[in-house]
This record gives sequence, C-alpha cells and structure tokens, in this order.
Amino acid sequence: MENIRKTCLYPRHIALGAQMSPFAGFDMPIQYKGIAEEHNAVRNACGVFDVSHMGEVLISGPDAEKYVNHIFTNDITGAPDGKIFYGMMLHPDGGTVDDLLVYRRGENNFLLVINAANIDKDIDWMFKCAECYNVRIEDLSDELGELAIQGPEAESVMENVLGIKCADLAFYTFRETALPNGSAILVSRTGYTGEDGFEIYAYPGIIVDIWDALMASGNAEPCGLGCRDTLRFEVGLPLYGDELADDITPLEAGLGIFVKLDKPGGFIGRDALAAQKAEGLRRKLVGLELADRAIPRHGYEVLTADGSEVIGAVTTGYRGISVDKSIAMALIDARYAEKGTPVAVRIRKKIFPATVTAKKFFKKSYKK
Amino acid sequence: MSKTFFSKTHEYVTVDGENAVIGISDFAQKALGNVVYVDMPEEGDEIEAGEDFGAVESVKAASDLIAPVSGEVIEINEALEENPRLVNEDCMANWIIKVKLSDPSQLDDLMDAEAYAAFCASEAAH
Repeated sequence: MENIRKTCLYPRHIALGAQMSPFAGFDMPIQYKGIAEEHNAVRNACGVFDVSHMGEVLISGPDAEKYVNHIFTNDITGAPDGKIFYGMMLHPDGGTVDDLLVYRRGENNFLLVINAANIDKDIDWMFKCAECYNVRIEDLSDELGELAIQGPEAESVMENVLGIKCADLAFYTFRETALPNGSAILVSRTGYTGEDGFEIYAYPGIIVDIWDALMASGNAEPCGLGCRDTLRFEVGLPLYGDELADDITPLEAGLGIFVKLDKPGGFIGRDALAAQKAEGLRRKLVGLELADRAIPRHGYEVLTADGSEVIGAVTTGYRGISVDKSIAMALIDARYAEKGTPVAVRIRKKIFPATVTAKKFFKKSYKK
Repeated sequence: MSKTFFSKTHEYVTVDGENAVIGISDFAQKALGNVVYVDMPEEGDEIEAGEDFGAVESVKAASDLIAPVSGEVIEINEALEENPRLVNEDCMANWIIKVKLSDPSQLDDLMDAEAYAAFCASEAAH
C-alpha cells in the first residue's frame, strides 16, 4: 500500500486507537469503540465523522449553471444561492458516473461534492463534457477537509460547542461563515445517516481544530465509516459501488425523483433514461427481509422463492442495528419487485427465504 | 485429559478422546468484534481439514470458519443460534461444533497454546 492517502485527521484516528482500513485509496477509520455503539450514538445523540476523503470540485465561469445542468440529473435552474441539490452524473447510456451534491454558491459558481472512490473518473468526465462550455473546473479535493456532525443533538453541539450558528439553516441549504476565531468554514444541513445533522468544509488546519474541540467537549462520539454504512443503509440511502454503478441507472436504483427528464436543455443520459422509463424497468432496487438470522451480503445471489433461478444480487446487507433483523437492498428482476413477493437469498451453501420490502427499514428524522 | 490446539486461521480444537470441540480463539473474536451470527453446519455433516464449514459474522463482515481437522459433526452449539455474542463473552467455553475425529494425526499439524500465543504476537506486530 505505497500510495495510500491519509486525511488531515489521520494522527487523531491513530491516537484514538481506531481500526483503520483502506477505503477509496485512503487509510480511513472503520471504527473506534465499535460499530453498534457509534451507530447508536448517531441515532440517539451526536456523532462526528471524518469524511475528508470526499472530493470537492469548484465549477465557475459564465456557463457554470448551464454546464452543471448539462452533466447533472437534477434541475438547478434559477435556484437561490445557498441551495443544495442531490443528483447524479450519467453516461450517455444512462449508467451512473457518480452521485453527488451540488452547492450553489452564486449565479455561476457551484461546489460539487463527489465520492472519494470516483474523484479521478469524475474529474476526467467533467473535463470531457466541458468542451463547449466556458467554465473553469478546479479540483479542491486535496485542499479541503470535511466533517459530518450527525444526530438529534448535532444542532446543539454545533451551536454550543463550536459556536456555529446553524439552528436557522434549512435542510439542504448551506452558508459560508466563520468560527468564533475567524476561521472560514462552509456549513450545510446535510448528511448520510438519516438523522438531522451538518457537514463542515474547511482547510485542514481548521478541520483539526474543530475535531479537537469536539473531542474535548465529550459531546460528539467519534464515528468510523463502519457505522456510516449501517446508518445510511437502514434509511435506504444508496452508496456508489453498491446501489449505483457505471451500469446501474438512477431509475433502476429508485432515485427517479432526483432525475428531471423534462428540464429545459436536458442532460447527458436523459434520452437513455426516458427510453428506459417508456419501456419499463427490467430490474429494480428493492428491500429484502429474512426470517432467519443469516446475513445477506453484497454480491450474494437473489433467487426465485423455489431457488431455481437467479433473479438478481444483494447490493448491501446487514444484521440491522436500529432494526434487529437481517435485511438487505438488492437489485432484482422487476417482475419480482412488488412488496411482499417471496424470494430467496443464497448465503454460502444454503438458500434462505426472504420477502421483498420497502428499501427504507428505519424512518429518517430530518429537521426540515 | 483434554488438550487444545490452534490453527493459523485462528480456530481451536479441544480434544477429549476421539471427539473434539472446535471454536474460534480469543484473538479471532477480538479481531472480529461483536459477533452477530454464527453459520454452523448440521449434525451428521462431514467437515474436512482446510475447508470451510461455516462462518462467523460481525456487523461489518463474514469470516469463514476453516476446519482445523476432519471429522463428522456430532453436535452443534445451539445456544449460539439465539445468542451469537456468547462467542465474545467466552470463546473457549462457547465452542461452535463438536466432531468425531476421523484422522487424529492431523492434530500434529496444529500449534499448541504456547506456539499459538507466539504466532498471534507476530500477527499483531504486523
């Protein structure tokens, strides 16, 4: 692992005794005390995640809004500054290049937050798509750190521990502000846990100061990527590489509300998705629930109830933590996607019965 | 007199006469963290040294159980079906399967407690 990268908080993770593991080219904390404890801290109180591995790309210039609309499935036309959109970048065939957040900083200035695993691919793609647009594309991934502060007590921790005014910040909006010591930060009411929470972007030194203040307060549990995955999974949020991929469209992943097929000017991949919608989906992302304790994992085969035919595969699966059941998301043949349909999952040498359910196993508690 | 042997994949075998119980070592249960599921074979199944016979799962991952010896499964630890965390609480008392050994000479390929402790120390140092 010669080229493995480290975030600005790497020494803090080591000092806390975190279990580290490579993720998307970074040596990242998977857990500190334990996945379940950290998961529950976020559901019940407040947890903080180092997500400095995420990529940030600044798009500016006279054609910035037109360009972002061209590569992005959601419609950002005429949005107010400070608004955030979730959506995808697509290949012309409708497969997903990445899912991302678009932060509108100004009329022609957007910050795109992309998955760490896709930074190189995304940047290449953005340049490739920019030929006819007067835009500047700047990769800030190495320059910015990011923290996610999540949970029902996140607002109070932000205000009282860090002195960041945020109670008035609406869901999926952001502001560029400063810590009481004057350090510049960008704060958004966003996250990836299904709980209320915030994400802070800043230069590395500031990120380290914020982390230290949170640790000193004892009011935010350090949380690793292990529980980030269990938290997002239970509320049905997709992870690129599991529920989304170069050969999976957002319609198949059930993310149609973030795809504006009718927006003026269209977007890359629009025609392929319109055709897919018109023809009807051949496969769909569903939830699965097992009666047994056996745990369906990524890649395991989903079969017809009698076990005779493979109809898809598990994308993510766990023994749920907030939901004490063996549950999964799976991409399966659309003919079996109706809720309540009996199917089966192959787990090593055995086949277990499962039932198709909704993808949301646990209710989100956003403050909107 | 029972005697315990360990494999490089962190399973133990405690031999008592022609029978033995197999479980995972303390090193293994600590590395796994909270065990949420133990996938066990059925009574009457044959297990073969070096082949997987089930899995122990934490929240994050499934780890195959590799048979340290060959034999016929004569009992499974049914308590683990409802309470897999017993493996974390006391992994030596909470063995996973009991087998009738088919080739006791296979025990010669395993480590005794002292050699295993040294093996774990070298693994942890990596």
